[in-house]
Amino acid sequence: MTDKTDLSRRHFLVAATVTTGGAGMVAAAVPFVASFRPSARAQALGAPVEVDIGKMEPGALVKVEWRGRVIMIVRRTEFMLGKLAELEDQLADPASTASLQPGYAVNDHRSIRPEYLVVEGVCTHLGCAPTPRFDVAPADLGADWAGGFFCACHGSKFDLAGRVYRGVPAPTNLSVPPHRYVAENVLLIGSDTGAS
Amino acid sequence: MAASASDMVDRVGRGANSLVRWIDARFPMSKLIREHATEYYASKNFNFWYGFGVLATVVLILQIVTGIALTMNYKPSAAEAFASVEYIMRDVEWGWLIRYLHSTGASAFFIVVYLHIFRGLLYGSYKKPRELVWICGMFIYVCMMAEAFFGYLLPWGNMSYWGAQVIVSLFGALPVVGEALAEWIRGDYYISDITLNRFFAFHVIAVPLMLVFLVVVHIMALHEVGSNNPDGIEIKDHKDESGKPVDGVAFHPYHTSKDLVIITVFLIVFAFVVFFVPDMGGLFLEYANFEPANVLQTPEHIAPVWYFTPFYAILRAVPYKLLGVILMGLAVLLPFFLPWLDRCPVKSIRYRGWIYKVALAGFAISFLVLGYLGLQPVSDTYTLLCRLFAIPYFGFFLLMPLYTSWEKPRPVPERVR
Repeated sequence: MTDKTDLSRRHFLVAATVTTGGAGMVAAAVPFVASFRPSARAQALGAPVEVDIGKMEPGALVKVEWRGRVIMIVRRTEFMLGKLAELEDQLADPASTASLQPGYAVNDHRSIRPEYLVVEGVCTHLGCAPTPRFDVAPADLGADWAGGFFCACHGSKFDLAGRVYRGVPAPTNLSVPPHRYVAENVLLIGSDTGAS
Repeated sequence: MAASASDMVDRVGRGANSLVRWIDARFPMSKLIREHATEYYASKNFNFWYGFGVLATVVLILQIVTGIALTMNYKPSAAEAFASVEYIMRDVEWGWLIRYLHSTGASAFFIVVYLHIFRGLLYGSYKKPRELVWICGMFIYVCMMAEAFFGYLLPWGNMSYWGAQVIVSLFGALPVVGEALAEWIRGDYYISDITLNRFFAFHVIAVPLMLVFLVVVHIMALHEVGSNNPDGIEIKDHKDESGKPVDGVAFHPYHTSKDLVIITVFLIVFAFVVFFVPDMGGLFLEYANFEPANVLQTPEHIAPVWYFTPFYAILRAVPYKLLGVILMGLAVLLPFFLPWLDRCPVKSIRYRGWIYKVALAGFAISFLVLGYLGLQPVSDTYTLLCRLFAIPYFGFFLLMPLYTSWEKPRPVPERVR
């Protein structure tokens, strides 16, 4: 037995205590961090919604709410669809390569059926709600405006397929939520799997 | 009779003395009072710029007291929040006054703190040995921003709602983890009742605790190194035989009596705003917030409250979302590094070269112009102006190591005049 401090033993004990204590702290933090995530109730309230689109006139817009987001459904006219191809050189992501949409919406019209556009009414810049501006060449948006969505918050512009124009703050096209047709004229928003 | 009255006073005095001795044997009460007040020496040449630290403390106390009173009637739920604020305004006795004190106090806090920070830039208060005082102060400022942001959602007006929506989306800009992080902050897929409830918890418990802790650390660090002064001279370099700085005077009673005048003048102006222009023409309380939150309807024009607009203007001016968020973060982060960016050994602007004076003026003007632009709707001209004025803002910090080493300061006097 000696009075000298066994330094290597002390260092080992310090390291072991710090490691065990640290691991315990991390484990104890898990419930607190996890409690911040959407609760079971929030998840249940975020379930898919059904929309009857049978009564929509050509050129009409229907807004529905899904997970607190506005989902905009537009029944596009032949004229509107014709304009889409002309705009491509003014767009930032005309082929939707950098944007968020399910695979079935990666096409010229960004939708399952060409006629019906289903997009989130949430600006991809900072989440404002873009205003539908289907009027062609209005005074405030200029003679080149072919109809689309304009975000008054920060000036982002989107065409009638929700594709973003070049030179505006929004980085990508309006997102397309997961959706599918459960009947000829009934859309289910929020889910694209399961029997149809 | 007169003799017995003075006898009474004597006895009370002796009783008080023995009580102080009893406490001092158990808690360093007298020691704390000496170290932080009666024997804390600060320079005798303070000007009005040195009043804003005290005013910030006064406003902090005001916010805590009015905040506690507001929580007694406020309900942090999406269904009830807006109505409970109206209830406070109309039905609770003096509720309108307490709420206007709190809402005006928020703006006053930022005004006072911006001037307090500007004082630091004028007289080099961030320089050695006060680096930690400065950094701690910057943490206080960031906490204040968080506190203001969380508090702004609570009235659940439409501007509250969409303002929170915009700010939380900023986190969504981060690559890979962004969306999950934004969802984690909201606790839902959108700003909902759940989000409101947790922002309330942050606003009334978590952030105030941090704020008070940081203020204590800020003052402790300051009293350790001693206050700077308009001449930027270290008064501790010249002490008399008793070890007291010859150019300093005791904080109490000399500086405290001067501070009482400053506090009085401040409260006169503050009370005028509270009673006559509590909304400050839409600057302190935005008009779009007088209607309840509407998930489906964005206000025509979203602008944060005035104290965030310089940063918001920078965010808006950048055409790439992630870069905009990074630049905005940088605008808040850069001042932290000021003690090391500034290479000039002279503290006070009184003895610094013209380069720093021009740079500081450019910085102050760009901050104000960006603040104005951030309140305006988007237009091409304004976006261009934002980009233009972001240059002096960032240049002030990023070019500082260069221009401050070229600077030719004048000689600094030995003693405070």
